[in-house]
Amino acid sequence: MKKRKFDVKQLPAATAGAIDDRYKVATPLRSFLNKVFPDHWTFLLGEIALFAFIILLLTGTFLALFFEPSMQEVTYQGSYLPLRDVHMSRAYETSLELSFDVRGGLIMRQMHHWAALLFMAAIVVHMARVFFTGAFRKPRELNWIIGLLLFWLGFLEGFAGYSLPDDALSGTGLRIASAIVLSIPLVGSWVSTSLFSGEFPGEIILERFYILHVFLLPLVLLTLITVHVGLVIVQKHSQFPGPGRTNHNVVGERWFPRYVLKQGGFFMLVFGVLALMGGLFQINPIWLFGPYEAAVVSSGSQPDWYVMFLDGSTRLMPAWEIRAFGYTIPAIFWPTVVLPGLLTVFPMFYPFIEARLRKDKGFHNLLERPRDVPERTGLGAAGITFYLVLTFSGGNDIIADKFQISLNAMTWAGRIGLLVLPPLAYYVARRICLGLQQHDREVLAHGVETGIIRLLPDGRFIEVHQPLAPVDEHGHGELPYVGAPVPKKMNRLGALPPAVRGFFKPIEEPAPPKPKDREKIETH
Amino acid sequence: MSTGTGTGTGNGTGPTRFEVVRQGAREHDDVEIVHYEPQYPPGSKAEKRMTRIVSLMFMLSGLTAILFVLAYVWWPFTDWPSVDGWQYQPGNTASKGFTPILGLMLGLSLGFLGLGILTWGKKLLPHEIALQDRHDGGSDPAERALTGTTLQFIGEELGLARRPLLKVALAAPAAGLGAAALVVPVGMLIKDPHHPDVFFHTGWDPAANGGKKVRLVREDGVTAIRPEDISVGGQITAFPGIPEGNRNKHADSPVLLIRLRQDDAARLRENIKAYPTNAKFEKHPMVGDLVAYSKICTHAGCPASLYEQETNRLLCPCHQSQFLITDNAKPIFGPATQRLPMLPLELDEEGFLAAQGDFAVPVGPAFWEKPSERRDA
Repeated sequence: MKKRKFDVKQLPAATAGAIDDRYKVATPLRSFLNKVFPDHWTFLLGEIALFAFIILLLTGTFLALFFEPSMQEVTYQGSYLPLRDVHMSRAYETSLELSFDVRGGLIMRQMHHWAALLFMAAIVVHMARVFFTGAFRKPRELNWIIGLLLFWLGFLEGFAGYSLPDDALSGTGLRIASAIVLSIPLVGSWVSTSLFSGEFPGEIILERFYILHVFLLPLVLLTLITVHVGLVIVQKHSQFPGPGRTNHNVVGERWFPRYVLKQGGFFMLVFGVLALMGGLFQINPIWLFGPYEAAVVSSGSQPDWYVMFLDGSTRLMPAWEIRAFGYTIPAIFWPTVVLPGLLTVFPMFYPFIEARLRKDKGFHNLLERPRDVPERTGLGAAGITFYLVLTFSGGNDIIADKFQISLNAMTWAGRIGLLVLPPLAYYVARRICLGLQQHDREVLAHGVETGIIRLLPDGRFIEVHQPLAPVDEHGHGELPYVGAPVPKKMNRLGALPPAVRGFFKPIEEPAPPKPKDREKIETH
Repeated sequence: MSTGTGTGTGNGTGPTRFEVVRQGAREHDDVEIVHYEPQYPPGSKAEKRMTRIVSLMFMLSGLTAILFVLAYVWWPFTDWPSVDGWQYQPGNTASKGFTPILGLMLGLSLGFLGLGILTWGKKLLPHEIALQDRHDGGSDPAERALTGTTLQFIGEELGLARRPLLKVALAAPAAGLGAAALVVPVGMLIKDPHHPDVFFHTGWDPAANGGKKVRLVREDGVTAIRPEDISVGGQITAFPGIPEGNRNKHADSPVLLIRLRQDDAARLRENIKAYPTNAKFEKHPMVGDLVAYSKICTHAGCPASLYEQETNRLLCPCHQSQFLITDNAKPIFGPATQRLPMLPLELDEEGFLAAQGDFAVPVGPAFWEKPSERRDA
């Protein structure tokens, strides 16, 4: 019998054929590979959040293999001597074991924590990009809302996570959370005892937070992230205005291979930076805080950065308690329940509010530069200022201590700053936007400043401008303002010879300036 | 403006692979590759140099990854895996370097890999500009109408409009199962805060101690306290002298026991007469110049633990509420609104400090039905 010759070269084609016979994937696969993505560095910010989330899943799985969310009381006998013979919960003990006795446990814990901080930071910066460029406008309102939910889910997930080790800091955070729950009118005490299964701290809260932290919230996060990214793919990414770019096309690169290589490389870089941070920079050294005891707290107890704005709002809130008919609405209700509620609802409806105010029903696939919508940019600046005042107030005891300022003065500065600075930021940001717009229009009309001063026959000095396009008899350009970047320097027009490349010695001969360009400069 | 390249080989005479891809993308995927240009002329010195740089990065990535593995296995030269874990050694030992070395090697390895891939993509792959049509703004009107009709017809097939009885009957399982879906999670979690009355009872309640008044004890949970144990202006945290009185089970019980200076104590005695809203007592609640207040802040429940002797102020480090002890723990700055509950003190027959009874108001943060006056007032 003749042996059939096995051709290795034919193997990929044969496999691909066999797969396509069964699943008919050739067409969708090719359109996937050929999908065009617009490119801009700010489009990478959301990707950082996605990558951090993947790293959180990986490191979190490792931690879950060793951590026990048990509030059962034990006496520590592990390898960290200063805490020997101390009473603590099993949760805190296993967190110590992860840090000191599990090989590689500490770097996993620290990478997990850093990744969580990066996840939230990337979400916030990404949201700012989406807001300031108007990427939330029709048809992308839903994805904006999903993104907002992702922020709050990440917030809860992070809070649940740093409550788990049951160190002094997590216990203090939980105690405050219980006070926040208690402050809800009518049902507060019922919700609190139901949540903690009795009085704070009870014996079950960590187990409940654990299942929230490792299963329920990640599941919801993963689902929403999938929908979020899926919608970006289905709706195609928005793009900045520029040559050839319209509302109806995408100008960029095909996804494969170059774009995806850049994404993959970027993922590895984010992963690498987190590994460096996890190994080299200490974060949440729980063994220094000690186990949670209700009577113990130290000054300088700060939550993770993304919770600090709520800590700040709680600190700044005046002691305004409402008491009537024998019932109480505690002061803490306003900065910790009502404020986050407003901060969820208002941004959620913002795309619709803005569309209504601008009487804008159109589709928008072209982004706007912040300077081109001064009111929105002003509002965003006011929002960021509001957030920053609250965040700094969350650490106002540290600032007071380090800069020798009275603590009460810091609180008052925060209270006044919270009311005064946002409107000021709105005004300043709006003026800057208008100024930048004005300058763009000036360049379009008169051209780029060349830095060449000319003496006219009548003795006047003028600066020579390089028009961007043919001009009318008054020397004015007729380029329309389209909201795209305008060149402001002569070397943007290619008027200067390119820089000589090479680190120690030139790797190429410097190119002589093009005679045509020189002529152009001198004749105008 | 486009530049054809020599990449991709056809069968020699026909179109190159690039041309096939470009035309296919144009005709089948609405993608127009308008510009396609290698970063460096193929085979040029610069291209070869870039290839070497990328290769070097990949090799460094592999090398640092191997160093990571070596460090993980041998650092700090213990007999892992035969011992459990890696045994942190206190003091200035090799185990201190373990985590930093792991992080450095893993970070460098992933960083070199990332930079290698990025450079490969950005420098060795041709730069392109491609255009794709968005096709947005909803489906084809005919398609949309057909789908709408299909949906309407499904409604017709179900026939709820024609069969009103079915509509009414369906409401029954919707309501019933909806209620079940609500009642089960609520029912399994719910805990009545008032039966037992957890917010109104702490470890100082004599009723829970067999009717005996509860002594103040130190942090160890057993050592009772005599008035002379505390110096003038000093303060200690005291716990109820009951089993597990110093544990988190009695998180609402810790008090701050303060010995005031004589004139401050006299002022406080005056003020207690004026505002007795935060304590109930038969005898005077102070023993000499000693007074005890709940350590749990009435704002958010953190321990209000920073006592400033000069001003007799007690500061809560969480949100900086400040209580003036000589004014019966009145909140004078920050977000707290209510006085710290006072624990009325007495001396028992052996001369140790004890509580006359439980707090008169719930300890800790306020809530909807929390009385603003003491219960018997």
